[in-house]
Amino acid sequence: MTPRESDTVVSAAAGTNEGNQELRSRSELTAKEVMREVGAVLRMSEADAALLAEVEADPGEDQTMIINMGPQHPSTHGVLRLMLELKGETVLRCKPIIGYLHTGMEKTGESLTFMQGGTNVTRMDYLSPLNSELVFSMATEKLLGIDGDIPERAVWIRMLLSELNRMSSHLLFMATNGMDIGAVSMMLYGWREREVVLRFFQKVTGLRMNHNFIRPGGVAADLPADWRDDVMSILDMLPDRLGEYDVLMTNQPIWRERLQGVGVITQAEAIALGATGPILRSTGLAWDLRRDMPYMHYDELEFDVIVGSYGDAFDRYAIRLNEIRESMRIVRQILDRVPSGDYRIQDKKVTPPPRARIDESMEALIHHFKIFTEGFKVPEGEVYVAIESPRGEIGCYIASDGSPTPYRMHVRAPSFVNVQALPHMMRGGMVADAVAVISSIDPVLGEVDR
Amino acid sequence: MSTEASTTPATLHGCLLGDSRGQAVLFVPKQSYMSTMKKLVDDGFEMCVDLTAVDFLTHASRTLPDSVAAERFEIVVNLLSLSKRERLRVRVQVSESDPNIDSLFDLYPGTEAMEREVFDMFGISFAGHPDLTRILMPEDWQGHPLRKDYAQGRIPVQFKGAAS
Amino acid sequence: MGIVRNVLDDGLEGLDHNFLTGRIEDLVKWSRSRSSWGATFGLACCAIEMMGTGAPHYDLARFGMEVFRASPRQADIMIVAGRVSQKMAPVLRQVYDQMMEPKWVISMGVCASSGGMFNNYAIVQGVDQVVPVDVYAPGCPPTPETLIHAIETLHQLIEDGEIMRRRATSGAGANVHIQEVPAGITTPVILGSR
Repeated sequence: MTPRESDTVVSAAAGTNEGNQELRSRSELTAKEVMREVGAVLRMSEADAALLAEVEADPGEDQTMIINMGPQHPSTHGVLRLMLELKGETVLRCKPIIGYLHTGMEKTGESLTFMQGGTNVTRMDYLSPLNSELVFSMATEKLLGIDGDIPERAVWIRMLLSELNRMSSHLLFMATNGMDIGAVSMMLYGWREREVVLRFFQKVTGLRMNHNFIRPGGVAADLPADWRDDVMSILDMLPDRLGEYDVLMTNQPIWRERLQGVGVITQAEAIALGATGPILRSTGLAWDLRRDMPYMHYDELEFDVIVGSYGDAFDRYAIRLNEIRESMRIVRQILDRVPSGDYRIQDKKVTPPPRARIDESMEALIHHFKIFTEGFKVPEGEVYVAIESPRGEIGCYIASDGSPTPYRMHVRAPSFVNVQALPHMMRGGMVADAVAVISSIDPVLGEVDR
Repeated sequence: MSTEASTTPATLHGCLLGDSRGQAVLFVPKQSYMSTMKKLVDDGFEMCVDLTAVDFLTHASRTLPDSVAAERFEIVVNLLSLSKRERLRVRVQVSESDPNIDSLFDLYPGTEAMEREVFDMFGISFAGHPDLTRILMPEDWQGHPLRKDYAQGRIPVQFKGAAS
Repeated sequence: MGIVRNVLDDGLEGLDHNFLTGRIEDLVKWSRSRSSWGATFGLACCAIEMMGTGAPHYDLARFGMEVFRASPRQADIMIVAGRVSQKMAPVLRQVYDQMMEPKWVISMGVCASSGGMFNNYAIVQGVDQVVPVDVYAPGCPPTPETLIHAIETLHQLIEDGEIMRRRATSGAGANVHIQEVPAGITTPVILGSR
């Protein structure tokens, strides 16, 4: 047996060569070994599964049963279909079937200009639309070469909105997670808090959801004059309410019984599957793009990255609850740091002129016309930009060919990749826990299917 | 990785290393795809963040380094090194006449769904993938929607000529 | 309270104050409109606004839509909230068929009403290609106020009987048509689809 490069390094140090017993380099491992895969994923095509229904099966004691959960189901967080292979109440294998919300957004994105692209991308992750718009705008700006010239005020406004969006998304997670586990009143409390944030968004962006506010070059409009008071009132109201959630859920025995030890995933599995966000952090790895690969001005702010230890559903719940607190901390710091200035870059080729100027200047009128009908041309190239959304790493890959529309626009959706972790989390658990596991991943089917 | 004067381009594991808006891009030929990816895994790129494809049918004249022969499809793999906090993008040219490539499932199990999506949307097959079926479109759908010769499927609306 | 009359003295007129009379049809329509429960068919962003409408600030329960029933057999109104993709359309039809008569459909949002901003291969251009729709609610997504307006419009249509009259001519969506057979004919009435 010829020693490989890694072998010689080890054996040179230790003076021995154990051959196959030594830890082989990671590229030598197959998926089976990396995942310690015991057959968690049900590999059956949908056509075969449909045929199963016609087979007259005589269920013996030790036979397994394949049942279908969804796509129309109160607890699947949207149109997710799960095929579960059950033995009694225990889930053996599982296959998530997606595509029930496939909207062809990437194809549509190829026919929309870069300014219109925000309207498309924002509807992918409809629980944190501002983050989706942000990543698309950042990718466009990188292609244009203006990512270093975005005015300070615009950057800080973007950070403020991104963190408030994180808070509203996690509050919705609290609500739906509570309802799925059975604490139905949590649904009402979560929405009650979320409404206040949505009303602030309506004041700033004009819409409660799907704002199309963060555009290439900055933001669409300036903050209203009294925004600080509104944000302060949100920050004053929330801590007590989060304390209520702690009393209602975190320390409650039933809640802990239902979530602790449920949906466990190990760190190696999470990394191998590409899972990011609270799922990866629950396994103990403190990976948060805001701190590890900072973008905008996150490196100037002080905040903690919340990490779990067991990789179970309770950890993910606790991480998200505390991330709301961390986001509040970040927003408090942002409140003092937003400077005055332009809310979008003053590059006439990229951002439209103020409406009043159109009456005065022919040039402004022409620029406005060109930007809104034809769109601004983006030089040829390709980039991939990623930020930390409430669900994990959301990335936007744009390849442009010099025309006003993207040649290829692809969004790396965190939920699309996180859903792959479902079979591994559910294996060996009960059917009732399946709902808790799906809820703890917090998938948004809009970005899963795009 | 050697960077000399502008005459010799940088290489990594024998493949051309380029730069796109400040991001490192590795152009890997299809034959050495699997071996290069294994070496990258050993280099410390633990996570495959994204695997997608681009159809260059209507933009065949894109700029590529001289030594890379342009084909119709391109597989784009984005890798992330958690330990080194680095990203690397790998681009592989895949021809229209032979739309197959090795699957990264054994190296990165997380690419299972991503490769299924590329198969569904572009028609590129992945050798060694455990379950290569359609994922977004219904199973009996004909055609691969994200290809450039597949129409958007618009129905005519009153104001023709309006963008979307 | 009026004068309590004595039945022994006035006969049946003495019972005036104790009875309310009306038509059963009105009572049925009133109760149907005041306690219609929705079927959960939240698909995308509109589902979030639909949940927000059921939430404390907007509170659908005060209009009788106390709960959203997951089982279509127990639901009256199907609010199609969100974009319907090609893969989802058969599922939509199946859930609609499982609902018991009388049933109504509200198409919430522009994607459900007409395909919305997604005029492409993947989205059914209007849910009325799959199920008969009674009320369309525009918006992307419609605010909770818009959805409440749509639901209240539907309630008014139910209470007026407008819908039931239209339904009778078009077959009530369940493809059941009853043909009147002239008197005197002894062959049995056959229920079938047109």
